[in-house]
Amino acid sequence: MVPIGNYLFLSLALFIIGVIGVLTRRNVIVILMSIELILNAVNINLVAFSRHWANVDGQIFTLFIITDAAAEAAVGLGIIIAFFKNRETVLADEMDLLKW
Amino acid sequence: MPTWAQFMDALWQGLPLIKPELQLTLWGIGILLTDFFLEERHKYWNAIVALIGVAFSAVELWVLRLEMVKQRAPYFSGFNDSVRVDPFFIYFGFIFLAATALVILISVRYLEIEHEHRGEYYALMLFATVGMMFMASGYDLITLFISLETMALSFYILVGFLRKERRSNEGALKYLLLGAFSSGILAYGFSVLYGLSGSTNLSDIANALALRPLNDMLVVLALVTVSAGLFFKIAAVPFHMWAPDVYEGAPTSITAYVSVASKAASFAMLMRLFLVPFWPVRANWEMLFAAVALATMTVGNFAALTQTNIKRLLAYSSIAHVGYMLLGMVAMNETGMKGIAFYLFAYAFMTIGAFAVVILLRRKGLIGDELEDMNGLIHRHPGAAILMLIFLLSLAGIPPTAGFMGKWLIFWALIETKHYYLAIFGALYILPAVYYYLRIVVHMWMTDVTDPELPTISPAQWVALAAAVILVLGAGLYPEPFIKLATYSVILPLAR
Repeated sequence: MVPIGNYLFLSLALFIIGVIGVLTRRNVIVILMSIELILNAVNINLVAFSRHWANVDGQIFTLFIITDAAAEAAVGLGIIIAFFKNRETVLADEMDLLKW
Repeated sequence: MPTWAQFMDALWQGLPLIKPELQLTLWGIGILLTDFFLEERHKYWNAIVALIGVAFSAVELWVLRLEMVKQRAPYFSGFNDSVRVDPFFIYFGFIFLAATALVILISVRYLEIEHEHRGEYYALMLFATVGMMFMASGYDLITLFISLETMALSFYILVGFLRKERRSNEGALKYLLLGAFSSGILAYGFSVLYGLSGSTNLSDIANALALRPLNDMLVVLALVTVSAGLFFKIAAVPFHMWAPDVYEGAPTSITAYVSVASKAASFAMLMRLFLVPFWPVRANWEMLFAAVALATMTVGNFAALTQTNIKRLLAYSSIAHVGYMLLGMVAMNETGMKGIAFYLFAYAFMTIGAFAVVILLRRKGLIGDELEDMNGLIHRHPGAAILMLIFLLSLAGIPPTAGFMGKWLIFWALIETKHYYLAIFGALYILPAVYYYLRIVVHMWMTDVTDPELPTISPAQWVALAAAVILVLGAGLYPEPFIKLATYSVILPLAR
């Protein structure tokens, strides 16, 4: 059996990659993908802990997070399309109408 | 393993506890269905149906409260302790329902002017309210996370509801990206909490954390990620950058809703999480909260000084208000919790009132959210100008208004717990606040009319404005019953 530390390390690495992606990428769609990476890091964590504690709550939580990620992607792409129709761009640094 | 029959029994026993939310869900679905049959000029029926739904939900909530008093129960728990109906939930539930009702009232005419009068708007508002109610009553990480997302997803769509308006698109996109990012961070913290305890129940997590040493790395990791996620949601510094953009871009009625209801719900969730699971490690987060509260008040108050857009100015002022409420968390005593509950109540009505006045200025061809649009309002519409003055005085924290009582309770809590420096800082920051609120007043009272057209007020807007001003002045002049209500809501950290 693989020790739980390995899973946690993998998930932490995924989480950090996701955070760096959100903070550094320009393309809105890539930012959404990075957010999915963060949620998948959470899922790995939950399933590993679920195995570790031998109870099923974590796996149920995972199912809910997958559902939530799907809903978020649907709403997110809808908003991106509405934005693209008006502005013809998906680059985050060209969202510049609103600023102080 | 429970059998099917046991499972169904548990379900039937739990159902009465979520009746307020069930009502809202069903009425929301009803709006989606009947919206098809309504012609463009009859769309206001959607708003009426939504108000009826809110009223039914409030009745169910009141019934739950009566039942709780009758049985002398400290709380009801259902669905395997994933939902807890306690005074805390009932207090916040009424704040959410009242805020929703007021925002529905101020929305109708605004949406007609924007030509975006659709049923989905009201349905999404009700669904968002469902999410908020579960955020206050959830007692399980899964329930809390899903309810937070229910609320957040509804808000992403509502902020972008003016599809043809570029600012609305942009606000929605920024809100979505940063909101989803913060939810991800929060979920990571939840997964660590689950890993620490092997349970998603908040009490179990609290017991597991109590056995851990204080500087345990995993506890600190969970604490940092969960608080970062929640600070995003309540727009505390350093996670506040989305707020001004979203507030400016969103339809003004939704700006009011996001700034009031979403903030109150996120605060309810923050209090629930930090007063139950994180209570055993409170020594770890006291300094964190004090630092964040100070930074939030500083940035909010000073950034608001230079704003020329009223919605942005109110966004920064709402950031500053979050700082004051966080000070209540730092005090960590009963007065502090009472202060937060009362402050949120006052904040809700004065903010909705202020945004309602901004909405009055909206008409064809004029967005009405710049400071210049307020010029000479006292000559164009004295009633609106006086109402705005009352709301602004309350926001600044000047007696005899509800905003003053809220600040007073928070400062009192800080003095009781010997946090004198924080109290002094909080009191000093009222000065810049008075300055930038008075800028609006100067535009309303002391400048010449630049725009001769008179704003008109629909009956629904009058009702909303009257309700808000009565509550703001009532809770300021005669605060005892309201403070008693707030006291009734805070038994949290003591009764686990």
